[in-house]
Amino acid sequence: MGQEFYLTGYFYAAVFLAVGAVVVLGGLIASLLLAPRGHKTREKLRAYESGEEPVGTAWVQFPVRFYIFALLFVVFDVEAIFLFAWATRFGQLGVVGLVEMAIFILVLVAGLVYAWRKGVLKWT
Amino acid sequence: MLTLTLNHFLVLGAILFCVGLYGALAKGHAVAVLMGIELMLNSVNITLVGFARFLAPDQLLGQVFAVFVITAAAAEAAVGLAIVLVVYRQRRTVNVEEVDLLKW
Amino acid sequence: MSDPLVTLVFYGIAAVTIVAAIGVVSLRNIYRAALCLVLTFLGVAGVYILLNADFVAVMQVLIYAGAVTTMLLFAIMLTRSPGSPRSNAANRQSGLALFAVLVLVVLLVLALGTAVWPQTAPVAAQSSVDVLAKQLFTTYALPFEIASVLLLAAMVGAIILARED
Repeated sequence: MGQEFYLTGYFYAAVFLAVGAVVVLGGLIASLLLAPRGHKTREKLRAYESGEEPVGTAWVQFPVRFYIFALLFVVFDVEAIFLFAWATRFGQLGVVGLVEMAIFILVLVAGLVYAWRKGVLKWT
Repeated sequence: MLTLTLNHFLVLGAILFCVGLYGALAKGHAVAVLMGIELMLNSVNITLVGFARFLAPDQLLGQVFAVFVITAAAAEAAVGLAIVLVVYRQRRTVNVEEVDLLKW
Repeated sequence: MSDPLVTLVFYGIAAVTIVAAIGVVSLRNIYRAALCLVLTFLGVAGVYILLNADFVAVMQVLIYAGAVTTMLLFAIMLTRSPGSPRSNAANRQSGLALFAVLVLVVLLVLALGTAVWPQTAPVAAQSSVDVLAKQLFTTYALPFEIASVLLLAAMVGAIILARED
């Protein structure tokens, strides 16, 4: 990769980021400026106007089952990153790299099989 | 001042480390303590990558080290938060000051 | 890295990162503190890009800002005590902690002020993923495989801990 391209490429990414932030903030600020005030009746403040009445607060405790899925997501996210590094040099690394990556994936699949056998992946 | 040197990155890492240390030492919520630890790990990574960039740019040892630090940090967060969940299930609290016994 | 614009960008990113980090330890609501932590992670990723470490930056965004934060937010939601706005309060030793941190600040300032680093030739800004991948799969192949065992151990351990019996 050319060295001129390195920082200019990220400069374009930063411009995209800034434009995205401006669009979101612009929408929020425009609605703040343009929206009529003083109509905050009880009906207006409900979560779903003329919809289903929410029960209880949003601050309830979620089942622990969610955590295990987040955990598996983290582990396979890390695996995906290493796969990416391997893929960029796939040609030069050759068979040795393939074997290394296969061992890496097999070890992690063992963990997935464990989770499966323990039944934590079932959503009941 | 207009040329970036190693010291710029070291100072940034030091500031983040101090903020993270305060979070890890002075917070009541166990998840907040873990967030402070994550901040400290990030600051160390900045220093490692900074050293790799300014002192040994051909081998990138600091970056390799940072890659493994991030991997270990993901594993640490997974187990640490699972422990927080277990403590909460047993004691109905996540305040680290109320969980100060090794056995109960 | 003599471009003044790059230096200016560094100061901007550093300011955002530090302010967000202070938000992590000072906001009253732990949910907002966690969202500040995402901003800190993204700022640190920007610093990595300035340091030619774009692969580490991608790792930072995907693993820290994406996955670890998801897990933190889940853990906050799973252990929530009902109706406590001051969920991120300081504990009893916060004064002592502040003192210890200030001592560390003084030590670090002294160390940074006296340190002398060897001068190296300036390097061009370029992507590091190629060299890094080569290092990971040749010289550091064994740590790479051990990392998978570490992840396996963490996965099994966390499942055993978090499983509902």
